[in-house]
Amino acid sequence: MTFPKLVIFINALIPLVLLLWDLYHKRVGPNPLEFATRTTGMLTLIFLSLTVAVTPLRKIFGVNALVKYRRMLGLFAFFYGALHLLTYVWFDRLFNLASVAQDVVKRPFILAGMTAFVLMVPLAITSTNQMVKRLGGKRWARLHRVVYVAAIAGVVHFWMLVKSDTRLPLTFGFIVLFLVGYRLFVKYAPPQQPGAGVNLFPPR
Amino acid sequence: MAEKLKVTDKSVYLNRRTFMRGAVLAGTATASTLLYRRLNPPPPEKVEGDKLATTENAPKEEAIRQGYSVADTLTPLEAITNYNNFYEFDTSKSGVARAAKGFVTRPWAVSVDGLVNKPRVFDLDELLKFPLEERIYRLRCVEGWSMVIPWIGFPLQKLLEKVEPTSQARYVAFQTLLDPERMPNQRTGVLDWPYVEGLRLDEAMHPLTILATGLYGETLPPQDGAPIRLVVPWKYGFKSIKSVVKITLVSNEPPTTWNLQAPYEYGFYSNVNPNVAHPRWSQATERRIGEYSRRDTLLFNGYGEQVAHLYQGMDLVKNF
Repeated sequence: MTFPKLVIFINALIPLVLLLWDLYHKRVGPNPLEFATRTTGMLTLIFLSLTVAVTPLRKIFGVNALVKYRRMLGLFAFFYGALHLLTYVWFDRLFNLASVAQDVVKRPFILAGMTAFVLMVPLAITSTNQMVKRLGGKRWARLHRVVYVAAIAGVVHFWMLVKSDTRLPLTFGFIVLFLVGYRLFVKYAPPQQPGAGVNLFPPR
Repeated sequence: MAEKLKVTDKSVYLNRRTFMRGAVLAGTATASTLLYRRLNPPPPEKVEGDKLATTENAPKEEAIRQGYSVADTLTPLEAITNYNNFYEFDTSKSGVARAAKGFVTRPWAVSVDGLVNKPRVFDLDELLKFPLEERIYRLRCVEGWSMVIPWIGFPLQKLLEKVEPTSQARYVAFQTLLDPERMPNQRTGVLDWPYVEGLRLDEAMHPLTILATGLYGETLPPQDGAPIRLVVPWKYGFKSIKSVVKITLVSNEPPTTWNLQAPYEYGFYSNVNPNVAHPRWSQATERRIGEYSRRDTLLFNGYGEQVAHLYQGMDLVKNF
C-alpha cells in the first residue's frame, strides 16, 4: 500500500473505530441503535460523494493521480453501506428477513436505500484490477457509471425519511447533482474553439 | 581545495521521511477525529429543577387501573432530557437540550379564552397552585420510539372548568410561545410557527389529559416543554404541545402544525394505533428507549380501556 493510500485507509476507518468506542462506552445518546444506523448511513453518503467527486476534481485541477484512490473510497462507501444495512436488518428488523422484504415493498424510502445498496454490490465485486481487465476498460467504465444512480438513490432515501428539516439531505443532494451535472456538462457541452478563452476544463 | 561533497546520510534521510509520514498520519487522523466529533451528539446536559410538591399517590394497582400509572420501568431522566423533539430549539434530538439551556420561563402566562364565560390569563404561579399529581405515562413518538415518564401536573379539565366553556365550544386549540429570540430555531422555516395543536373538547376534558409542569418530582426542564405543556398519553407525542401560552375554546376543528406540514401523514386525531401505518413507516412496533429489542405498539398506547369510548363508531383509519 502506498503512503497516500495508507493515509486514506486509516482516516476512513477512524469514524468506525470512534463509533464502536462510543457504543462500548455508552456515549451515543439514549437511542444507540438509531445513532449507529444514522451514523453509518451518513458515512455511506459521505464516501459515495467523495468517490464521485474524484473525476471532476481530477479534471478541474488536473490532478490525475487522484484516480488511484477512487477504488478505496468507493469500497469504503460500500463497506459503510453494508454496515448501515446490517444495523437496520439487525436492530430494526431483528433479522426477520420476511419483514425486511415487506418493508422494501411497502416503504418507498427503504426501497430507495435498498436500491442504492444493491447497485453498489456489482461495483464492489468488479472493483479488482482483474475484473477491469476481464470486462475491458470501456465496459467497466460504463458499468461503473451506475455509481451515480446509487448516489442519487442514497440521497433520495435520506431525503424521504426526514420529517421536515431537509437541509442535510438537500446538501448531499446538491453535491451529488453538481457532480453528476459536471460529468454531463463535460460530455455534452460543445467543444471549445481554440483561443475562445480560458478553458476551465482542459481535455485529458 | 576540493571539499568532499556532503551527502545526507541515508539513515538521516529515511528518518526524516518516516518522521514526516508519521506527522501526516497523526495530523490527518486528528483532523478526522475532530470532524467526526463535531457530527457526534454532544455529551448529555444535566438539568436542575426546583422540587414540586404533589398530592398523595393512590396505591399503585389502583393508579394502574385508572391509567394514572404503569408497571413498566421508568425511562432515566438523562434520556428524557437529552432525546427530545422540540423543533423550536433544534431539529436534532440530541441537540435540543443544549439549545434550550437557559430558556427563561418567568414571567409566564397562559391566556385561556374563546368560547368561554370567564376568559382570563393565568400566571404561572397560579397554575402551579392547582393540586399537582404524579402521572406515570407511556409516551409514544410518531417516529417509532417510546419512553415511560413520571410527569407532574394537573388535569386540563380543572383549568377548563374555571373558565366555563360555553355550549358552542367543541374543540380546544393550543399554541406554543412565539419568540425567535428565546426559541432560536423559530428563525428557520422548518415548521410554520407558532406550533399549534388541538383536541376535541371531550378529549381535553378526559381525566388522563393533563397540563404538566414537571417530571421526576421537579419543574419541567426547558427541553421538555417548560414551564407548562400538554400531555395526552394515548396520542402520538407531537399532540402533546410544549411551552403553552394560549388555550382557546373553539367550535370547529382547529388547525394543527404537523397536519398543515404533511396532511397525508399526520391527522388531527393521531391516536397511537399499531394498525394504521404512517405512509413512510410501520407503527406496529416501537423501540422503548433503553431497550435493544422492539416491542409491540398498543392500540391507544395501552389506554384503550380509558379512552376507546371516545371514538366509538369512528373509522380510525379514516380519522388517523
